[in-house]
Amino acid sequence: MSTNPNTVHTPQQVAERRTKGPHTSMFVRMLIRAAVLRRGRAASALFAMVVATAVTTAMMNLYVDVQAKLRTEFRNYGANVVVVAKDGQALPADALTKVESTLGPKTLAVPFAYAVARTKDGRSVVVVGTDFARARQLNHWWKVSHWPAAQNEALVGMRADSALNLDRKPFELSFQGHTIELSPTGLLQTGAGEDSRIYIDQSVFQNWTGFAPSTLEIAVTGPTEEIEQSMKQLAAALPTADVRPVRQIMEGEANVLNKTRATLYAAATMIVLTSALCVLATLIGWVFDRRRDFAIMKALGASERLVNGFFAAEAAALGVIGAVLGFAIGIGVAVWIGRVNFHAPVVPRFSVFPYVLAGSVAVALISAILPIALLRRVQPAIILRGD
Amino acid sequence: MFPRLVYESFRRQTRRKLLAGVAITLGVAVATAMIAVATDIGDKINRELRSYGANLLVTPQEDTLDVEIGGVNLKPPSDGAYLNEADLPKIRGTFWHHNIVGFSPMLPVTVKLGTGQGAQDATLVGTYFNKSLSFGKDDFTTGVKITNPWWKLSCGAGSSTRPGPVPDSSACGWPDDNSQNILLGERLATKLGKEPGDTLEVSGRRLTISGILSTGAAEDDQIVAPLAVAQEILGKPGAVRRLYVSAMTKPEDALAVRDPKTMTPEVYDRWYCSPYVQSIAYQLQEVIPHSHAEQIRQVAQNEGTVLSRIKGLMLLVTFAALFASALAVSAAMATAIYERRVEVGLMKALGAGNLVVAALFFAEALLLALIGGVTGFAAGSLLARQIGRSIFNSQISIEPVLFPIILAIAIFVTFAGSAAAIRRAVKFDPVFALRGEA
Repeated sequence: MSTNPNTVHTPQQVAERRTKGPHTSMFVRMLIRAAVLRRGRAASALFAMVVATAVTTAMMNLYVDVQAKLRTEFRNYGANVVVVAKDGQALPADALTKVESTLGPKTLAVPFAYAVARTKDGRSVVVVGTDFARARQLNHWWKVSHWPAAQNEALVGMRADSALNLDRKPFELSFQGHTIELSPTGLLQTGAGEDSRIYIDQSVFQNWTGFAPSTLEIAVTGPTEEIEQSMKQLAAALPTADVRPVRQIMEGEANVLNKTRATLYAAATMIVLTSALCVLATLIGWVFDRRRDFAIMKALGASERLVNGFFAAEAAALGVIGAVLGFAIGIGVAVWIGRVNFHAPVVPRFSVFPYVLAGSVAVALISAILPIALLRRVQPAIILRGD
Repeated sequence: MFPRLVYESFRRQTRRKLLAGVAITLGVAVATAMIAVATDIGDKINRELRSYGANLLVTPQEDTLDVEIGGVNLKPPSDGAYLNEADLPKIRGTFWHHNIVGFSPMLPVTVKLGTGQGAQDATLVGTYFNKSLSFGKDDFTTGVKITNPWWKLSCGAGSSTRPGPVPDSSACGWPDDNSQNILLGERLATKLGKEPGDTLEVSGRRLTISGILSTGAAEDDQIVAPLAVAQEILGKPGAVRRLYVSAMTKPEDALAVRDPKTMTPEVYDRWYCSPYVQSIAYQLQEVIPHSHAEQIRQVAQNEGTVLSRIKGLMLLVTFAALFASALAVSAAMATAIYERRVEVGLMKALGAGNLVVAALFFAEALLLALIGGVTGFAAGSLLARQIGRSIFNSQISIEPVLFPIILAIAIFVTFAGSAAAIRRAVKFDPVFALRGEA
């Protein structure tokens, strides 16, 4: 198969080449000449192919990736699983580490401990011990004027602040005879139950009340089945606790995600079909245009198989080149969309490539074979006469 | 002569025209459907986001502090201020009442279950399930069935696994808002060993359990009853402790967070007439006396991001669809014209000028674009409707104003797609074309 003409110089070698593989060399030459001589038409066919595969790749990539992207957005709604100690008991001391080792490092778990304390003038208020760094990561919607950093600094809910007239001055709280002095560093606003509470650091809370965390709020990312799996693992790891889904969050997410996915699927299908149509129209025109080549080949005695093989090989080559170029451009488009819309790059899915390749070769073959089948019935002479 | 040329061209080359026509029709159909879906997707997703529940909370203005852990109220019973139930229908009179999907009042009461020695404390919450109300001539229903779609009702251990909706029989189902029937939280029911159809002694009243409620939240340990029952137990007719409002809102922007007191009249009007969660809260405070309305940040803050992400995504996808369909139309037109070089050669040999030849092709393209545009618009509207029905269970409305826009786009794209091919066809030397060396 030493068919590269540039490396072959001597007449002997040329003769040898001709006897060894004349068909192959002629076939490849015909293919290349066909592309070079009708540059304009071949280029426009390739262009259509590239654009169609690019759009298809981008859509498929987006469709696969968008769920993961939206799931991350949905995690801003906060915890979707809670672990609660059964009936007034506390969770085991190592509950948090157990949760983290069970679910891996990417899940976020926040401990909460509750107690009702009294102010100096005898009013009751709910005090919560938590881990501020974790709570801050989990609950993005908390509007906090200033996060406490030092011990004995408290985060005070808006309504608790106005009801207790704290006035940003240090205040005293007592719980079962133990008193603690806290300074209100930050104000918390959520519009829900948190507004009526006072949040302090868990270790301070535990020293003061003796209560360990009774609730863990956990954000688990992933599809519903994975979350259910994680919940089963958690229940096995923490037999003394109740593991419950936050139905409000889980069902809302599933609902919105399914609808978005279905819409995107419909859109992707329409776009892919339109792109295929575009390729089909261009390629059919291209092949039809070359009915004279077809006729000459047949007139010179080429077999039906050779002619069919020639056009099929041409279409397949176009399909492959178009798929490779289009795939590269499509990945670029998907990454750009990811950056513009989600402010995070879409991960290129190379697993999509076989489908894109198979699809574009199939469409190219169909659009080559369709006109050939029509032309086969026509006598070469009639085509060559120019009718 | 000119119209005849066009007419004959369509009559004799039906197959080629059909191909181009089909391409234009499909392209326009896809474009129409995508534009219709993209313009409506915000509204549709906004409605779906309501499945996260209420995004506004209305409380009495001089409210005392809630002392509540895990859904158990630890506050003295008669403490605190209340909203007046009679004010609630006025919500339908606010500027953005079309955006308010529903509202549910809540009145938690601490009750005693059972009598004598075995008595234990529990929290009973009074609310609307599916209450019929009217404001002026406007009749509507509202309640937790609308605002809290994740609340699930089951009919006890034996039947809870049965799929499908719960039958609304007298034995089991959502309680009527005027009845003395109650729902028992899942965990409380297990603790008490009660089933639907049983009666429960609640602070000296015998109430019938009409279903077991599962919410995945504090209500699982509570009793949920019609509002009137809770008011009766508390001895305060018309009292409402909290009001949850579920409203469709516009994502927050710089204007939304400004303080209405510092705005100029024009800015204030614009703010007031935009469905921001802040302006709806402001309007709720206006109609409900002595109230304080605030957004529930967990729900309200996040839906804006989710909504704008999905809208942005669909917008980009729509551009991709428009691009693909424009390309398909162009490709089909270019192919159709390229095939007719011999015809051009003949016309030019017979003395036709470039202008006439170009005009002929453009006239044909225009006709194709019009026919393809009209059929494509009709097909696209059907497609959009189908998408709306099968995905969102609701109509996607096609704005009539879209029709001329779509038609203009179809004509423009067809012309643009043909232009290059027409130019090449016109420039072609008639001698070569006639000799068949095209």
